[in-house]
Amino acid sequence: MTNHWVDIKNADLILIMGGNAAEAHPCGFKWVTEAKAYRKARLIVVDPRFTRSAAVADYYAPIRAGSDIAFLAGLINYLLSHDKIHHDYVRSYTDFSFLVKADFGFENGIFTGYDPEKHSYDKASWGYQLGDDGFVLTDPTLQDPRCVYQLMKAHYARYTPEMVSTICGTPQDAFLKVCEMIAETSASDRVMTIMYALGWTQHSQGSQMIRTGAMVQLLLGNIGKPGGGMNALRGHSNIQGLTDLGLLSNLLPGYMTLAGEKEQDFAAYLDKRSPKPLRPGQLSYMQNYPKFFVSTMKAWFGDAATAENNWAYDWLPKLDKTHDILQVFEDMNAGKMNGYICQGFNPLASAPCKIKVSGALSKLKFMVVIDPLATETSEFWQDHGEYNDVDPTKIATEVFRLPSTCFAEEDGSLVSSSRVLQWHWKAANPPGEARADQEIIAGLFLKLRELYAKDGGAFPDPILNLTWRYKQPHFPSPEELAREFNGRALADVTDPKDATKVLVKKGEQLNGFAELRADGSTACGCWIFAGAWSEKGNLMARRDNSDPYGIGQTLDWAWAWPANRRVLYNRASCDPAGKPYDPSRMLVAWDGVNGRWGGSDIPDFKPDSNPTDGMGPFIMNPEGVARFFAVDKMADGPFPEHYEPMESPLANNPMHPDNPLARANPAARVFKGDWDSFGKPDQFPYVATTYRLTEHFHYWTKHCRSSSVIQPEQFVEIGETLAAERGIRSGDHVRVRSNRGHIVAVAVVTKRLRSLSVEGKQVHTVGIPIHWGFMGVARNGYLTNTLTPFVGDANTQTPEFKAFLVNVEKIQTIV
Amino acid sequence: MALQSLDIQARSATTTPMPGVRGTLDVAKLIDISKCIGCKACQVACMQWNDLHGEIGHNLGSYQNPQDLNDTTWTLMRFFEVEPEPNRLEWLIRKDGCMHCADPGCLASCPAPGAIVQYSNGIVDFHQENCIGCGYCITGCPFDIPRLSKTDEKVYKCTLCSDRVSVGLEPACVKTCPTGAITFGSKTDMIDHAEERVTDLKERGFAHAGLYDPAGVGGTHVMYVLQHADQPELYGLPRDPAISPLVEIWKGVTKPLAIATMALVGFASLFHYVTKGPNAVSKEIEKEEEEA
Amino acid sequence: MNLSRRQFFKVCAAGAGTTSLALLGFSPDAALAEVRAFKLANATETRNTCPYCSVGCGILIYTLGDRSKNAHAEVIHIEGDPDHPVNRGTLCPKGAGLLDFVQSENRLKYPEYRAPNSREWQRITWDDAFTRIARLMKEDRDANFVATNEAGQTVNRWLSTGMLAASASSNETGYLTHKFARSLGMLAFDNQARV
Repeated sequence: MTNHWVDIKNADLILIMGGNAAEAHPCGFKWVTEAKAYRKARLIVVDPRFTRSAAVADYYAPIRAGSDIAFLAGLINYLLSHDKIHHDYVRSYTDFSFLVKADFGFENGIFTGYDPEKHSYDKASWGYQLGDDGFVLTDPTLQDPRCVYQLMKAHYARYTPEMVSTICGTPQDAFLKVCEMIAETSASDRVMTIMYALGWTQHSQGSQMIRTGAMVQLLLGNIGKPGGGMNALRGHSNIQGLTDLGLLSNLLPGYMTLAGEKEQDFAAYLDKRSPKPLRPGQLSYMQNYPKFFVSTMKAWFGDAATAENNWAYDWLPKLDKTHDILQVFEDMNAGKMNGYICQGFNPLASAPCKIKVSGALSKLKFMVVIDPLATETSEFWQDHGEYNDVDPTKIATEVFRLPSTCFAEEDGSLVSSSRVLQWHWKAANPPGEARADQEIIAGLFLKLRELYAKDGGAFPDPILNLTWRYKQPHFPSPEELAREFNGRALADVTDPKDATKVLVKKGEQLNGFAELRADGSTACGCWIFAGAWSEKGNLMARRDNSDPYGIGQTLDWAWAWPANRRVLYNRASCDPAGKPYDPSRMLVAWDGVNGRWGGSDIPDFKPDSNPTDGMGPFIMNPEGVARFFAVDKMADGPFPEHYEPMESPLANNPMHPDNPLARANPAARVFKGDWDSFGKPDQFPYVATTYRLTEHFHYWTKHCRSSSVIQPEQFVEIGETLAAERGIRSGDHVRVRSNRGHIVAVAVVTKRLRSLSVEGKQVHTVGIPIHWGFMGVARNGYLTNTLTPFVGDANTQTPEFKAFLVNVEKIQTIV
Repeated sequence: MALQSLDIQARSATTTPMPGVRGTLDVAKLIDISKCIGCKACQVACMQWNDLHGEIGHNLGSYQNPQDLNDTTWTLMRFFEVEPEPNRLEWLIRKDGCMHCADPGCLASCPAPGAIVQYSNGIVDFHQENCIGCGYCITGCPFDIPRLSKTDEKVYKCTLCSDRVSVGLEPACVKTCPTGAITFGSKTDMIDHAEERVTDLKERGFAHAGLYDPAGVGGTHVMYVLQHADQPELYGLPRDPAISPLVEIWKGVTKPLAIATMALVGFASLFHYVTKGPNAVSKEIEKEEEEA
Repeated sequence: MNLSRRQFFKVCAAGAGTTSLALLGFSPDAALAEVRAFKLANATETRNTCPYCSVGCGILIYTLGDRSKNAHAEVIHIEGDPDHPVNRGTLCPKGAGLLDFVQSENRLKYPEYRAPNSREWQRITWDDAFTRIARLMKEDRDANFVATNEAGQTVNRWLSTGMLAASASSNETGYLTHKFARSLGMLAFDNQARV
């Protein structure tokens, strides 16, 4: 979230699209009901299903699953053509006036640089025109046809209300009603927030859906303001934290990135990640990258990381490509992998195309499962009848199942969607011999290190030199680990302006990332968490909930990254002169008397930069402003474009009916063998979408009695029209088939799933809740990922669980 | 009554007058259906607080689970897909449970002394140790709330968390409600809050929004804000609930009858109770009800 | 009022049967009615965070006993933390039922091992588990570690064993897990954020 949960109460309009906050995040959703009750805010829900969020919305518009870019692109067109944009904001804080390279272009659904063989783009033309001084050329009059504003206007003019309706199935009047309501928030004193979740990420064009939403918010001037922002509602209690800590194939802590194998030169690696400002007077904060990187390497490898060995740069693995979960199961299925460790992760249930995942796991030599619960993955080899029909005697994988603690049995911190790190305390001992996760990791690591120390082996250096300064080596305490990722001074850290002034003494905890150094004098495991555990103690454990400004900031409750800041880009809540656009909801303002920024939040800005300096509010971008034109940052184009889901009821993309290359995302990665696994609409005519129900959490609460009482058994939702066509009544058992397998479930026939008219034909949607499986106390069911396609978003490789094709039939007797 | 943490103002099948000097706060729970997201947190909080471990049932084609109130389900979300206007779908979700009537039909119809009490704060509570399982309270309830347990042949329903309220806490369902659709306080405050909500709903186009606090049962200590107060049936609520005529008669007519005549019947009943136990009694009554 | 003969009889019978008993001083109940005693009066309260979605609701865990040495702290109840600025005491249906997660009958209690082609689990000790897993990992790493690629570039990676990290484990666990995985040279490394 750019903003945070409580801040939603400051919104005048809430758009829930690509998510279902009332069901998936009920306690966060309370701030929507507060905004409605006490700010007279309105709530709009756009969703293929009339959800429990829609049940309390002021306006609901249906949409075909997977067509959100078309809807939002139509909204951009509406805002531009009706002049409902925040002029001051877009001129001052965005790339509206930036000139784009002359050879960048877009034709019949494809951007310049496309290679159909590789299914990817050469992005050389996706950039700015630069002057001799290295700065981007601009046209403040916005008349130049190569300026971002003009290119964007032309790009989205194609998304007329008629086109939106024909692609999305949203009735035109409903689409226009949503446009009108949203357009009102282009005023300085009206703010909209967008709340989204996996309904936008789980598409082959998911990242671009989110970008289109962000572009709408920028046009309206709603980023950086209280009650505004782009608010990603994370799905698990600490995937925010695990992402912040970089536990992804290509990341390092704090969103630093691992080097590719071609990046053999350390200086070039740093240089590429430390961009110089692209406009005069801009901060380009990531120029500090070397400080963050070196400090992490010092935290990990201690004295073994030296200037001479480039701080152990060579010890980090170098990427040939990203080994995301889909790539890994592809490789595993091809017999290229031998071992796999699943720590609190249930991929048999969570990864797409169960038959492929199950086959892949069967090819492993060994698998280790660390979990508090008996998961499906841990028993992928076991015969569970129709729900997991395998022959154990034919599966040679050795499996270890190690019991871990749950929340109630451990200390530690979690990062909420609001980016707030909150400490929690142990209440009881775990059952049996279960152990804390860090104890299990320590047990494995120390055993491995012992073997490498004794017997040697492949490249033991990083293993033998990994820092392990824990008082009980077999039980690194959460306190020690938190202090380590916060960071400490390895030598006195002095003020860069005055070398005699010591900011932090040797051995002390750091107060924040501003104190990090690139000379090896600081160690910090995760730079964005610096400040969480300073010499003041554990700030994540703070419990002062006072809210002096009355807008829900509570700066003394726990600790938020970065720097305890609660609303990102908050400088943009003020006009260029530093005055809040809406003084009744002040986050920060320029205090001319003291020459500083201040207010109800920690300024997301250089705290002493006078507005007359002209520094832009988006300090993480070398431009200092927000980008409508994504330059080369996205895999599938600088401007979002509608493409059909990989499995779509339409033969062609209505935007580009005569170009088969532009039917689905041209840059989506599809593995060779998977093309045949995609179904066609003649056999699988209905759009399926999978989702959570409010009664359950993922694949966990089917192990809990109370959740299983209130939602006991697997079901699918079918609209009344489709049900009538297929002779299905509520309570019947139905078989839902995709080209990859089938599930059997109870039918819930409902008015809430409407058939939509798409390109003149009726498209039906089948809703498939995800929560059941063959382990647990709820009634056994099929893993819904039996049905889903093995393809992900072109940028993130997040699987396309939200739009694919199925067929449905009633079954007379339950087998 | 000195041992009571809550004063009792009415007690089933008891003619001894209740103490009435102390004036305590009238409490009420307000359920704003326009804020309810049907998440069932209240259902779970109720089960957890009251140590109820229900059956894991089946899905019969609906979000509503369990399908009905039962001895371990004292509150239940009921789901209604309605179109009060053409092409305007509304998904109305109502938390069902005891209304804690000011004039409780269950208490009036209960023949077991002290099985049902009404505290002076308005809570109507069942005391299972006194319950004989006759099921008359079920007939007497205009909202079809109490449920007879097959486990112990006693009747159960929402207590409005009398054990929490008696120590100064709100009921478990109120505390847990994520959206604030359930609020709790003095009945006066709840009526004021309902007025605010009705004003907000009218401003959003619900011309007939209103409070459900039916006079036929003397008002209730659980009230609803309805978007369509003119059509309580949309939510499965009775339009004009009142105490059943059966109960009115037993209160109004039979009580003054000559005690001498009744003694005989009384001893006969007791004999029946002692020899066959509550199970047999209740089953006979159930059968009679079916026939009637 | 419209009553059938049968109904009238029923009312009379019930009315007569019970009031008369009370009036004659023969009531089946002897005890005074009292509300159920407040069950958390002296339970120990511990502050924690809900492990499900990312709202990060504050919870209060109530355990049996006062933490004296001989009292086994059993979790008996969980409800929302009223001081928490986001949830303000509220919990959703999952959070309100967290006790059932702690006490789930499917909680794992002991390390277990499933041999190749076997149909069943067998219980093993932690030390056994660590030793055997570490050997399998080392064997694979030593056999398949890539120090340099075909172009002769230093890559120091291990692709034949991978890891998925938990979505509800703490930052402290996550941080340690990251150190562990990268020190081994793992790249087939992801967490729940990917899906």
